[in-house]
Amino acid sequence: MLDAGRHPNIDILAYSEVESVSGEAGNFTARVRKKARFVKEDVCNACGDCAAKCPRKAPDEFDMKLRDRRAIYLYFAQGIPAVMTIDKNNCTYFDKGKCRLCEKVCQKKAIDFEQKDEILELNVGAIIVATGLDVFDPTPMTHFGYGRIKNVITGLEYERLINATGPTGGHLYRPSDKKLAKRVAYLQCIGSRDLNYCKYCCTVGCMYAIKDAMLAREHDSEAVSYIFHTDLRNVGKWFQEYEIKGRELYGINYVRGRVAEVQQDKDGNPTVWYEDTRKQEVKSLTFDLVVLATAAMPAKRSSELAKILGIELEENEFVRLSPEAPTDTSRPGIFACGFCNGPCDIPEAVSQAGAAAMKAAELVLPEVVVAAK
Amino acid sequence: MEEKKEIGQNAAGEKAGSGATAGATSATEEIRIGTFICNCGTNIAGFLDAKAVSDYAKTLPNVVFSRENLFSCSEAGVTDIENAIKENKLNRVVVAACTPRTHEPLFRAACEEAGLNKFLFEFVNIREHCSWVHKEDKGIATQKAKDLVRMGVARATRLEPKEEITTDVERSALVIGGGISGLTCALSLAKRGFQVSLVERERQLGGLVRFLHRLYPSNISASEFAAAKAEEVRRHPRIRIFTSSAVTDVRGYIGRYRATISPVGDAVEGTLAMPGKSTSATAGGNKSVSMAGETPDNAREKRGAGRTLEGKAGAEPTGGPHEFLCGVIVVATGARQLIPDGYFGYDGKTVISQLQLEGMLKQGKVDATLGKRFVMILCAGARVRERIYCSRICCMNAIKNAMLIKQAVPDASIHVLYRDLQCYGVTNEEMYRKAKEMGVRFVNYSPESPPAVEDGKVKVLNPIIGREMTLDSDLVILSPPLVPNEGADDVSKMLKVPLDENKFFLEAHVKLRPVDFATDGIYICGTAHWPATTGESICQALGAASHASIPLTRGFVKVEPIVSELYDEEACRGCGMCAANCPYGAIEIVETPKGPKAKFIEVACKGCGVCAATCYKRAIAMSHYTDEQLNAQVEAYLKGDK
Repeated sequence: MLDAGRHPNIDILAYSEVESVSGEAGNFTARVRKKARFVKEDVCNACGDCAAKCPRKAPDEFDMKLRDRRAIYLYFAQGIPAVMTIDKNNCTYFDKGKCRLCEKVCQKKAIDFEQKDEILELNVGAIIVATGLDVFDPTPMTHFGYGRIKNVITGLEYERLINATGPTGGHLYRPSDKKLAKRVAYLQCIGSRDLNYCKYCCTVGCMYAIKDAMLAREHDSEAVSYIFHTDLRNVGKWFQEYEIKGRELYGINYVRGRVAEVQQDKDGNPTVWYEDTRKQEVKSLTFDLVVLATAAMPAKRSSELAKILGIELEENEFVRLSPEAPTDTSRPGIFACGFCNGPCDIPEAVSQAGAAAMKAAELVLPEVVVAAK
Repeated sequence: MEEKKEIGQNAAGEKAGSGATAGATSATEEIRIGTFICNCGTNIAGFLDAKAVSDYAKTLPNVVFSRENLFSCSEAGVTDIENAIKENKLNRVVVAACTPRTHEPLFRAACEEAGLNKFLFEFVNIREHCSWVHKEDKGIATQKAKDLVRMGVARATRLEPKEEITTDVERSALVIGGGISGLTCALSLAKRGFQVSLVERERQLGGLVRFLHRLYPSNISASEFAAAKAEEVRRHPRIRIFTSSAVTDVRGYIGRYRATISPVGDAVEGTLAMPGKSTSATAGGNKSVSMAGETPDNAREKRGAGRTLEGKAGAEPTGGPHEFLCGVIVVATGARQLIPDGYFGYDGKTVISQLQLEGMLKQGKVDATLGKRFVMILCAGARVRERIYCSRICCMNAIKNAMLIKQAVPDASIHVLYRDLQCYGVTNEEMYRKAKEMGVRFVNYSPESPPAVEDGKVKVLNPIIGREMTLDSDLVILSPPLVPNEGADDVSKMLKVPLDENKFFLEAHVKLRPVDFATDGIYICGTAHWPATTGESICQALGAASHASIPLTRGFVKVEPIVSELYDEEACRGCGMCAANCPYGAIEIVETPKGPKAKFIEVACKGCGVCAATCYKRAIAMSHYTDEQLNAQVEAYLKGDK
């Protein structure tokens, strides 16, 4: 991020949305709405004095709403650009017409309550779509108890809990009673490979469950982990080795079998009912915490964006591509890379990004003339 | 040899030039240091006494100016630094603020603005390294900040002006390997205007794909796809194709590689794309191959007759060896299918490999005459003790072929015995579902009780029912993993780029830099890096082309002069320890009138310091991080603030 943020050839328009695209390959005009942050981007240096004084709280989306942020906030500490934003919907001044405390404390005079959305017209030769993913909300799968059983959380919520900069400072305090979770179950394919929700495989769930379990053990040598999986899909470089390392060095228990139901005992402990398909047995185990590897889906509003760009999506709303031209969308001059093309891991996304950049370069940049020698 | 001379001259020229740089100091000039202590709003000043640190800095030797700023990085802060340099005739600047990663370029630029060589700037981190980690004790944080500033000043006193190292880039590329990855990469670079030399060991371009029948998930003909790509490459005026050739020597560094390409004799030809050398088993294999049509096993035999793809070889240079310069190198040497000798009764006749099946499908030889009972066994030689890794593509390849058999023989019984089905993503899972709908049966097995193949029967413990199943089979098809081509070792040694424990090439960073090597100017794509589908290989090939085209487009590379240098030539014995340990191929041992000596290729050096640490004669120094500078910092710390 920092490299992109500092690169002289990259203008970052964060907090912005494409509203329309006209023209053709080599000469597009994109209308971009740059939403008002009510903070001058070129002045603010994200020192955070404003947030320290802001009286209004709102759930922190980056921390999966596990804690609150202020109405003026930085999306996350390493965010690029490092500029504060006022959340208009939660700001006392926008709500009641007075406060402006942030303006008073800002020594750089970066607050601008009069700021309006800007409409930019960009002339570009090529467009690259890299809108990534959103995760599936497992609430409709009531048998897993998410939303009803406090100690059933999603993989992303777990990421914030185990993160040193997260709401618990990296301690695995479970939601119900803030006790340190020692026995953790990781349930795979929640909404993935499921005809009712996402028919496809999320590609990353198996690996991040293993990573999560390793992290739990690194934080606490007494941590006990069970991963309930169907096929363990470890196809990337050294992933198989990682799975073995998880078992041998981190004591991960891998159980082949989809979980049927999660129940809760009187102490708030989730009990996992499952069939061990290797042993033909229906069993249950009680844990401190259950982590759901929720399905990964194309970013919300992908179909809206596809209409604006005039590109085709496939039935799951991933970008439609040909396997032999894996970054070309249906519209010449528009390329796509990363998870919006379908589930992939980081190195794949990086390769695709390079590929999309190269296709754009072939289109947009003049051929380099190499002098004959 | 001429490129070495150039570098030498370059370096000498720079040294001469740097003396004349404005703001450079001679040994006799008085050292005048300015220190700037940033408050970073409250990020620093909230947790330590920045004013006290600034006042303390004034008392340090050679410091003639000190000031604290609310934000040193702000417009006002930067202007303040520039003015102070001019007004106080500062010839060293120390900023104590955040991390060099964020603002070092900014402060260096400020020094240059004010006429000071930017390497006379020293960054001290009192935020991440101090205020943020000692929030609970202002006294300790302030003391530590003083220590850090004192150390920074000590180093700054000994800083020397430096110039960036620049070298021209020969605007042409060498692509090693003429499979789908190499072809894609070569085409992409050629389209951008660069001359590309494409080297392929085989007589034909196309790599492993040309032995396949159809590609999943699009179901297009693999050989037609490969042939079309090869044709496009052949027609491109900027691509020179060297088939039946190998790179036999590479010297140099980014921008100036001198490569030698030599024809390969029949003895070595074939080792790159072949699934294996002749063994007793491939003799049997050849029999089934004759039924199967062209597979890599018999391609060698057929070559005399069938130079179809490279028939006229587009006026390619013949003979050789050819020697030429190129700016960048892309490794696309591919992989081959393991011959599954010793796994599940492989005999090449009734128990065959998926690649053999591909050949049979291609020849239209899969029909009811083969029988109607097929069993596929996955992980034949993969995910086992001797080969731990998962080969990524075999599950889908098996499912694709099972569906093709089912199309050819609709009432065929096909059982696929698998451990974990790797149908990652959207289309793979969809194919798996379709295969099940078509009636392909999938039976899970665990490595503790693997299937046993004997006398036309496959016995397997089905864990779902907890009982052994017996499957009659007319043909058993094994899915062995892809393994790196045998040439990988040679290429690795020649280019000084590493292989992993499985002999796949090791990229610069497994997550963030999948198509780069740690060595600048050399890139990796396709199955030489790890098993990949055609689509994935194409992405990697274009990604590698994209990275390779950066230095080619610029026409030069610039590196920071933080490099290793031969500090004490007399001491150097030319033992080669430094060259062996250099991860970037930046050191060579050359013969000089004084005996063998280490020679440093500045543009290839990343300044990691491994060589200096390795050298037992202490003949190597790191410029800009000299022993003197670092010792001064340590001494300043030990001395305390008295």
